[in-house]
Amino acid sequence: MSLTDLTLHAMQKRLQDKELTSVELTRAFLDRIAAVDGRINAYLTVTGEQALTDAALADRRLAEGRGDALTGIPVALKDIFVTEGVRTTCASRILDNFIPPYDGTAVARLKAQGAVLLGKLNMDEFAMGSSNENSGFGPVRNPWNPDYVPGGSSGGSAACVAARMAAATLGTDTGGSIRQPAAHCGVVGLKPTYGRVSRYGVIAYASSLDQVGPLARDVEDCAMLLQAVAGHDPADATSVDLPVVDYRASLKDGVKGLRIGLPEEYFIEGLDPEVHKAVEQAIASLRALGAEFVQISLPHTDYALACYYLIATAEASSNLARYDGVRFGQRVDRGEGLIDMFMQSRAAGFGPEVKRRIMLGTYALSSGYYDAYYLKAQKVRTLIRQDFLAAFEKVDVLLTPVAPTPAFKLGEKTADPLQMYLSDIFTIPVNLAGTCAMSLPCGLSAEGLPIGLQLIGRPFDEATLLRAGYAFEQAGDWHQRPAPL
Amino acid sequence: MLSKYEVVIGLEVHVQLTTDTKIFCHCATRFGNQPNSQTCPVCLGLPGALPVLNKKVVDYAILTGLATHCAIAPRSLFARKNYFYPDLPKGYQISQFELPICEHGRLEIDTQEGERKTIGITRIHMEEDAGKLLHDSGTGSRVDLNRACTPLMEIVSEPDMRSSDEAIAYLKKLHQIVVYLGVCDGNLEEGSFRCDANVSLRPRDQKEFGTRAELKNINSFRFIKQAIDYEVERQAEILDDGGRVTQETRLFDTATGTTRSMRGKEEAHDYRYFPDPDLVPLLVSEDWIEEIRKSLPELPEVKIDRFVTEYGIPRYDAEVLAAERATADYYDALVKEQGNGKLCSNWVMGEVQRALNESGLPVTECPVAPQQLAGLLKRIEDNTISGKIAKQVFDGMWQSGRDADTIIEQQGLRQVSDLGTIEPIIDQILAANPEQVAEFRAGKEKLLGFFVGQAMKLTKGKADPAALNEVLVRRLKAEG
Ligand SMILES: [Zn+2]
Repeated sequence: MSLTDLTLHAMQKRLQDKELTSVELTRAFLDRIAAVDGRINAYLTVTGEQALTDAALADRRLAEGRGDALTGIPVALKDIFVTEGVRTTCASRILDNFIPPYDGTAVARLKAQGAVLLGKLNMDEFAMGSSNENSGFGPVRNPWNPDYVPGGSSGGSAACVAARMAAATLGTDTGGSIRQPAAHCGVVGLKPTYGRVSRYGVIAYASSLDQVGPLARDVEDCAMLLQAVAGHDPADATSVDLPVVDYRASLKDGVKGLRIGLPEEYFIEGLDPEVHKAVEQAIASLRALGAEFVQISLPHTDYALACYYLIATAEASSNLARYDGVRFGQRVDRGEGLIDMFMQSRAAGFGPEVKRRIMLGTYALSSGYYDAYYLKAQKVRTLIRQDFLAAFEKVDVLLTPVAPTPAFKLGEKTADPLQMYLSDIFTIPVNLAGTCAMSLPCGLSAEGLPIGLQLIGRPFDEATLLRAGYAFEQAGDWHQRPAPL
Repeated sequence: MLSKYEVVIGLEVHVQLTTDTKIFCHCATRFGNQPNSQTCPVCLGLPGALPVLNKKVVDYAILTGLATHCAIAPRSLFARKNYFYPDLPKGYQISQFELPICEHGRLEIDTQEGERKTIGITRIHMEEDAGKLLHDSGTGSRVDLNRACTPLMEIVSEPDMRSSDEAIAYLKKLHQIVVYLGVCDGNLEEGSFRCDANVSLRPRDQKEFGTRAELKNINSFRFIKQAIDYEVERQAEILDDGGRVTQETRLFDTATGTTRSMRGKEEAHDYRYFPDPDLVPLLVSEDWIEEIRKSLPELPEVKIDRFVTEYGIPRYDAEVLAAERATADYYDALVKEQGNGKLCSNWVMGEVQRALNESGLPVTECPVAPQQLAGLLKRIEDNTISGKIAKQVFDGMWQSGRDADTIIEQQGLRQVSDLGTIEPIIDQILAANPEQVAEFRAGKEKLLGFFVGQAMKLTKGKADPAALNEVLVRRLKAEG
């Protein structure tokens, strides 16, 4: 078994037992990237030299007995995290050569632990997309089959883990952008509760929905990465000042007596039979472990997609206004005046999906339409959140598929944005409700593509989510199946 | 012409707050540093940066709200005002739109007719300032973002003013209050207190308001008056000719004293306000409001009344003293120590003010503390020194920082009032001026002043004038 096949927690043990050095590990990952990323296109920037320097520092720290949980562990970041001195593009041509002067909070916390940053990962431009085909730097390919998409928008982060090009990665999830690609790439992805991880230094798509989370080989790895980045941050007014529990402490407590809700609105006609079957098997497996299942209802589910595409695009239309060519990024100036400079820079810098969403959002906020669209969407959002809170009165966790189908082929849905939007139908309500959820591998389709299981937890109860996920995972071996790369 | 129309004016004032740091980041708010030296990812609007509200700004807004009798909202929201401009780094300004922090306030002004008039305050809200564009010929324009994200309060009045004089009275009153509260330095030239005026006319018998023009960003009271007066005439001419006033933004040209339309793309805005998802709703508890209420200083009107009734000084004195908070505080401390309201007001408005003007010092840096000045005034009252000598002692105190008693003793300035000392001096004077004595006794009583002058000369001004007079008159008349 190669070093890159180890889980994060296995690497950590070997590093701390001095059976392995961070430099060896980092070199192994850099070799792996060089060998396979030409076929995947997960990395937009590889910071090899810096990584080796940091690995050497981590080794010294470990040798001096000052190691932290992630000291010496090679990780990679979705290119949505601003990194001091390292190009940060958000996969947009408009930020082609943007070198931020600061680190965001999550990045700073990883660095403080001594994690080694291997580079920055491809994604859908400004996190807008479900297939990673919206990148300004070419699509990412699914390590299970390069003809298929890895999902999006954290497609690079999911593919990177699946292809063993980093021990684990950080992504962001606005409407499913961690969970859906994790499902399509057969890795574990966790979207924490809104406010659990600081958004400071995360390039904003939709501020009230964006949340940082880990993508990793297994549940324990996810728990470790979350542990490192979670917690209140005074630099983010929306981060919540609640204590962070030790996620690994309760990991192995099992699911005996755990009440799991099955929302009827998620097991619908359009659900792919293979996905349905895999999820049914997961239910059976959890039942065998002692979990109790309850049928529940989330009655406003039907409105989630429309609600999301109004709120997310409205916020995006404003968040993306700063890309005007004045202070950073690409500028197109034909000397025709300021307004034209703005328009030409933005026309040249943004891709079609980003433009589509800016226009949608601008429309939703426009005078005369605000009440009918944005304000109404906010009201629906409250109802959706209430659905979830009511469900959590009856159950501890909800279980659903992550996506209606396994990964689709590149180009299959690009002509039809609405079809593309439907692939997030099971993940979007969780963001609107602001609670936490994770995606776990639970099967393979006949074509050999991974299928994902979604567990949804109470707000700020990531611990229960991780415990349930761990019990399910350890009862099977889906998480150990490597992508046939 | 004007009798036909009633003038309707509403004012929007932008007050720059004196907090040490900006409203949404930790950068300093100092004025006049190197361009872009007081910036960080937040106020530069860099990708990923997030605003965090400076609590001090809220304190100041609540304070201003309380001083203007506003209702303080228990829950208020920050909103994004979206528009593109190079000095606006995020492409939106964080402001308050629905649910501002203060609403339904009022301010009292004194009109030229000598009446009290109440002007309604619609709302007060907090927002961030934009940066500044620096235009230089040849190399194009540059952006300085030092000012970006500095805290502003926008104070919006009801359209309650009916003349440019009322508008100025309102502005001066508001200016006095924010400076009194210490929330604004009041510097008009540096833009710490900027005004937009909404001006419209309506026929005297009409209820509905006419179409208004908005006059932008005028930075002196004189210019505001000029701009409003010009605008009133302009609109009256249009209406007289049967025309319609267009609703528009107009810029005041200080060179010509006229306003001109600001047309073009910049004007047609749909700001697409929506609550800023980066900032949580601002919750202000009763406790918070009460805490601020405790720090609310006594405002000028109340102070003036108190000075008049408690210290027995004329209203004119009280108004002069209360015009600036620091002067009023000085006076207050002085009277509390010394007791004689009128003597104290004479001194503060006279000697103290003169010396401050000459040295260019603010009253807060006055070298003679109120307690020291009280010591001096006590010596006038107990006849240790005369008022004239007191001025000399005051100058000594100003120079040296010493107390009055020390200077009086060191320089031997104690007033001579015991008759045993005065009589021989008078003997000497009468002996030396027989002609004047004779003239006096012949009825030329005006000469008394001459003898007093001689006595003062000999005593270096230290003779007690009352005692001197008494002895002189007695001696001159007795032997006549
Ligand atoms: Zn700043």
